[in-house]
Amino acid sequence: MANETKGNWWIWKVFWILLGITAFEVALGMIQPAFLIDTQFLGTKLLNHIFIILTLVKAGYIVLQFMHLGHEKKSLKWTILLPAIILVPYLLFIVLGEGAYAYLML
Amino acid sequence: MDQALIKDHKPAWKGGDLPYKASYGKLMMWFFLITDTLTFSAFLTAYGFSRFKYQDSWPEAADVFTHFPFLHGDHPLLFVALMTFTLIMSSVTMVLAVNYGHKMQKKKVILWLSLTIVGGAMFLGSQAWEWGHFIHGLDGVPATLISNPYGMPLFADYFFFITGFHGFHVFSGVAFLIVILINVIKGTYEKRGHYEMVEKVGLYWHFVDLVWVFVFTFFYLV
Repeated sequence: MANETKGNWWIWKVFWILLGITAFEVALGMIQPAFLIDTQFLGTKLLNHIFIILTLVKAGYIVLQFMHLGHEKKSLKWTILLPAIILVPYLLFIVLGEGAYAYLML
Repeated sequence: MDQALIKDHKPAWKGGDLPYKASYGKLMMWFFLITDTLTFSAFLTAYGFSRFKYQDSWPEAADVFTHFPFLHGDHPLLFVALMTFTLIMSSVTMVLAVNYGHKMQKKKVILWLSLTIVGGAMFLGSQAWEWGHFIHGLDGVPATLISNPYGMPLFADYFFFITGFHGFHVFSGVAFLIVILINVIKGTYEKRGHYEMVEKVGLYWHFVDLVWVFVFTFFYLV
């Protein structure tokens, strides 16, 4: 429980990071910069990749800081994280690939 | 006694210590959250499948959700940005409640837990408003499970199903928070000597925020 002595400043730090990233995402979503939309990469717009990376950064802050997982024992941390880290990309790889194929067959 | 254990001269595990240095309740909450993570992953991946398959007729969320209370004209993303802010804010108040729980400061736990409940209720209200506008539809054609004036009816199905499932999580979270708040006020955790129950409901609440971060990205941004 390292946070007991740390006070509250770290909570507000994480809050500003989450808010900043969200504001940046919303701004990008409203402006829709042309070069980010026209550039395709791995089957989708470059803009979407930026959104997904920023979302994963936000998720990291929520899980590791707010849910305190970053300060738990290493074995617990990986027990929680590994199923998602392994299964979700696998599921995406299979299902989104099939979705793209189903579009071609439509 | 197990023969293998006698052979290896290792004492049998008699329980009592915590291999993960986390209590039973906290561990079970984490395990539940893993299963819930996989459930939501499946929902959002299925959404991705349909979106890839029907990419020509899939509506852009920016064209669908353009309203903001008391404002005229098109304001894409603005209302959902406010909803996201509400939920992030309620996550902050939750983590403050957990923090003051560690310090055994009952009054501050009550204050921040109450504010978290207010945040959750505000989010639910916003979602009801968002649903209301979506169902109201376009040019007199309502959005339902079988018709959608914005494009593919499947879009409406996924919208109702995924945001509805998330909204039900928020609703359950608010109910849990109210139960925990009553216990805090009654002094149950003061007597117990620790506020771990606040921490456990906090884990659930942050998870709800976490899911929304992904719903926000995949429904509204991407």
